[in-house]
Amino acid sequence: MNLQGKQVTLHDMSLRDGMHAKRHQISLEEMVNIATGLDQAGMPMIEVTHGDGLGGASVNYGFPAHSDEEYLKAVVPQMKQAKISALLLPGIGTVDHLNMAKDCGVTSIRVATHCTEADVSQQHITQAAKMGMDTVGFLMMAHMVSPEKILEQAKLMVDYGANCIYATDSAGYMLPDDVTARIGLLRKELPKNIEIGFHGHHNLGMGIANSLAAIEAGASRIDGSVAGLGAGAGNTPLEVFCAVLDRMGVETGVDLFKIMDVAEDLVVPMMDHPVRVDRNSLTLGYAGVYSSFLLFAKRAEEKYGISARDLLVELGRRGTVGGQEDMIEDLALTMAKEKA
Amino acid sequence: MSKKLKALIIGPGNIGTDLLMKMQRSEWIEPVWMVGIDPTSEGLKRAEAMGIKTCATGVDGVLEHIIKDDIRVAFDATSAYVHAENSRKLNELGVIMIDLTPAAIGPFCVPPVNLVEQTKNLAMNVNMVTCGGQATIPMVAAISRVQPVEYGEIVATVSSRSVGPGTRVNIDEFTRTTASGVEQVGGAKKGKAIIVINPAEPPLMMRDTVHCLTETTPDQAKITESIHAMVKEVQRYVPGYQLVNGPVFDGNRVSCFMQVEGLGDFLPKYAGNLDIMTAAALRTAEMFAEEAANQSITLPARG
Repeated sequence: MNLQGKQVTLHDMSLRDGMHAKRHQISLEEMVNIATGLDQAGMPMIEVTHGDGLGGASVNYGFPAHSDEEYLKAVVPQMKQAKISALLLPGIGTVDHLNMAKDCGVTSIRVATHCTEADVSQQHITQAAKMGMDTVGFLMMAHMVSPEKILEQAKLMVDYGANCIYATDSAGYMLPDDVTARIGLLRKELPKNIEIGFHGHHNLGMGIANSLAAIEAGASRIDGSVAGLGAGAGNTPLEVFCAVLDRMGVETGVDLFKIMDVAEDLVVPMMDHPVRVDRNSLTLGYAGVYSSFLLFAKRAEEKYGISARDLLVELGRRGTVGGQEDMIEDLALTMAKEKA
Repeated sequence: MSKKLKALIIGPGNIGTDLLMKMQRSEWIEPVWMVGIDPTSEGLKRAEAMGIKTCATGVDGVLEHIIKDDIRVAFDATSAYVHAENSRKLNELGVIMIDLTPAAIGPFCVPPVNLVEQTKNLAMNVNMVTCGGQATIPMVAAISRVQPVEYGEIVATVSSRSVGPGTRVNIDEFTRTTASGVEQVGGAKKGKAIIVINPAEPPLMMRDTVHCLTETTPDQAKITESIHAMVKEVQRYVPGYQLVNGPVFDGNRVSCFMQVEGLGDFLPKYAGNLDIMTAAALRTAEMFAEEAANQSITLPARG
């Protein structure tokens, strides 16, 4: 694979997707320290929000240690060069949350829908574009449908005003060829001024390989997280990815040793559990299940005595999508009844 | 004289047609007019085939027939944008408006919780909240009538096929209106609503989760009894309304897991979200008719 001379914008997820792995309990101090470390390392973009995006604070997804507004107000003013982004899932967050984030100094908004439901993003994408924000359409669980369907949905988001489209492997299910097919078609068919991005999860250990495939197929933005801190087995570990890209001659503008130190000195010590491929996170990738279901399934296992792996396999079989965390306890109760 | 109130349906789409089919079985409401804005609409053709008078020039086209045909109640299944005008024109003629849009200019109505109150007050415009609200607010109310609820949260998961373009383009209305309903009718001090759309095939049945945080330790026996009683109340007009799991008690959290299967009149059975709206709207109109028939309310006078 020859990626020599390509330029890629890296986007760190440790303070948003990583919130899942931390049950949304990252402290303001930890958040500021990590963001500052990443900023100094030259990370161009950093996402900060509840794991489920703006307005995600809930019984269903978990109440965070601090509100989105508190996190954003603490982090944004400390940034020297990094841009702060926020995630928004229509159906959970609203345009009111978007406006709040803008007021806090967020310059990039990522409006996320399930990969077949892009038409619920119209009011949010339109509003963000109108406010002059970097506006990203983020198609989740992109493994579930064909590249053609992803393109159809991406076109809707572009029509609403998005300037960048992501194919998002929320379940960490994709193999490099799946990434190539989706990113390649988006790059071929969407206007040149529309950027393409890829967001991976490491559940099958494919984070790095898939992200390389995405760059080769035309993606210019790649998500990952320092030390891999993210839902499931985490996101593409950025310090590793930076080293690989450096070897391959891809420009990222990120200082490799500095980001290694952020991973080792700040992020790893903060982890509640090792974020790695274990039997449960592997099952997410194998069965095609939304990565943030991991800790919910583990808790249901403890409470109801149904194995997390069995729960995750059944959730995959039922075609659950992002946001259906409430289904996990419901299913565990049903399976426990059947077992009794 | 028939005890039935004569009705007008505005909007010949899925909701309007399903409503019409349910109405034809009603002992209290008689469908007379179906109004649309597109003369080639399938919905208007279907209504005509069912022996209903139709009009393709909107509410304006039917105004002259309101008094003549003694129309007493109208169901608006169009959009929030046109509802206010429809309501004003029809209210002027003494027609009670049942609003199935998220316009919410009138008070919210969730039949087993506050229908009696709305009819006794003869509210001339009542709003049916949202499908997610109809499916979950009764459960919030069932808990809050036992003890104070600090926070009520509902998660509605619906099949992609059952979510129309109107809801999609304005999904924030759903979350805002439902959250207000959880507070105002459900009795939670603070409400939150989440909607998840799932494209699985075959389509999944509407499911709803209700999480409440009570101010003090929940009285498990009383809450469980209250929830079961409320489920029975909803089943009177939506037989497929079901408590699948729960109530689960975890500290001050009380959670219920619901499923709503529709009757499958016009919309398929998985579209319990649409069915619970049409059934609740019809139940509301029937209550007005019953109260008028036993003279506990007096409908606006007509010459």
